[in-house]
Amino acid sequence: MSEAWSAAERESRVFDEYAAYESLSLETEDHRWAFGTGFADPLAGVDTTVPHGVDPAALAATCLGLADDALIYSHRLQQWVTRAPELEEETALANIALDLLGQARMLLTRAGQAAGWFVPTGSGGDGRDEDRLAFFRDEREFRNVRLVERADADFAELTTRLLIFSAWRLALLQALTADKDPVLAAISAKAVKELAYHREYAAGWVIRLGDGTDLSHAKTQAALDTVWPLTGELDLSEETDAFLDAVFARACLTRPCSPPLGPVAGKTGRDGTHTEAMGYILAELQSVARAHPDATW
Amino acid sequence: MVTAAAAAFGGADPPEPPRKSSAGSGGSDPPEPPRKIAESVPDPELPMVTVADLGILRDVSEDGDAVTITITPTYSGCPAMREIAADLRRRLERAGYRHVDIRMSLSPPWTTDWITPEGRRKLAAAGISPPAATSTATPPTAETTPATPPTAETTSATPPVTFVPLTLVRTPVTCPRCGSRDTLETARFSATACKALYKCRACLEPFEHVKEF
Repeated sequence: MSEAWSAAERESRVFDEYAAYESLSLETEDHRWAFGTGFADPLAGVDTTVPHGVDPAALAATCLGLADDALIYSHRLQQWVTRAPELEEETALANIALDLLGQARMLLTRAGQAAGWFVPTGSGGDGRDEDRLAFFRDEREFRNVRLVERADADFAELTTRLLIFSAWRLALLQALTADKDPVLAAISAKAVKELAYHREYAAGWVIRLGDGTDLSHAKTQAALDTVWPLTGELDLSEETDAFLDAVFARACLTRPCSPPLGPVAGKTGRDGTHTEAMGYILAELQSVARAHPDATW
Repeated sequence: MVTAAAAAFGGADPPEPPRKSSAGSGGSDPPEPPRKIAESVPDPELPMVTVADLGILRDVSEDGDAVTITITPTYSGCPAMREIAADLRRRLERAGYRHVDIRMSLSPPWTTDWITPEGRRKLAAAGISPPAATSTATPPTAETTPATPPTAETTSATPPVTFVPLTLVRTPVTCPRCGSRDTLETARFSATACKALYKCRACLEPFEHVKEF
């Protein structure tokens, strides 16, 4: 097929290529371009009423914070794809990022429902769905903690931060499995099972690296020292603290005593004040959607 | 008429499907019951098993030519859910059901314990080691009411999320090829969110294992 084609043949070939794509979308009867695209409401058919006694604004704020943590951290983890030291680790990180993205989608949707953003534009709401919330909010509208914004300097930093993040989030969502809002409780119940795997994966690596060679130990301790000030915003529970101490002990790591990164003018990530890294993430995350605001995928 | 087996060949154009013009209209074969059609839909990532085998299909109800199907997601971000929903809709519409509503149900959460014995047999026959029972399994027949929520303090000590020890409880994995239990996990995560990579030290073959979840 590598012989030169006549103009007519080329034309027919071009036509055939379009026809091939067309038949793909015809066959599936919806116009998606790849596996897993063509996203529908991830909570389709779930009873989305906010129960009596639950403050919709507080529920929306809780969901939005947890959604943004997952969305931004998922993006940071995705940046390791094609850069991880081994294929198996890359697959693991992609899977963890995918779990978090799934959590983010459901939580953004729930936040939108609780806040009334999903009401169509003509009827009082601003019509924002999960995609609008992810791609068309500005930096100060994001409510993620600052821990998730930082780019990892190396693999030790990746695994150390993943350990702290997943241990913290696991405890947070475990408590929310008993939330008064049944949708948030159900999202949390799914997420804790995923986070248990994430935390175990990260703990395994932190122990392996911390209790490894002199070089891996030094790098992991340095990573922990770097990441630790960002935990000030997390309000770690006693159990999470105890868990982290157990991992640090087995990893021969010293828990840093460095002071936490303080708020800026009284505000932290949950208030919409972020580190310098946040602008770069959003530029990468949002630029395509903003350049083609009416595109669908 | 399109049989479940013929419908399973999703790639090729099936023969002209029967149209359900109106309920009980004479002359043509009656359409297949929607449950039978829904149950035959293969999982896009594990095509050797159906959505019924995996326990993803929660409910099918029919009212005239309207069908409501309830499915439950496996992992939060599993991209296959979208494909499953599209596949269910397509097959039912081809069979003549004009109003197909696909609903998500999040509670009780799906666990690998919902995979049927038949599903496990099919996975093993395809060289994929099926999951062992999870410690806090929700039996597939359980009512959707979750247990009384414990307080935050006691919650953190409830399995499967244990804060110490550091590793999740694991049962030995049997090689689906030779049956040996002398197997080794080579990676916790695999090509899909639901599987881990193993290798058998007896027959030396690598294989995939559906993680207990």
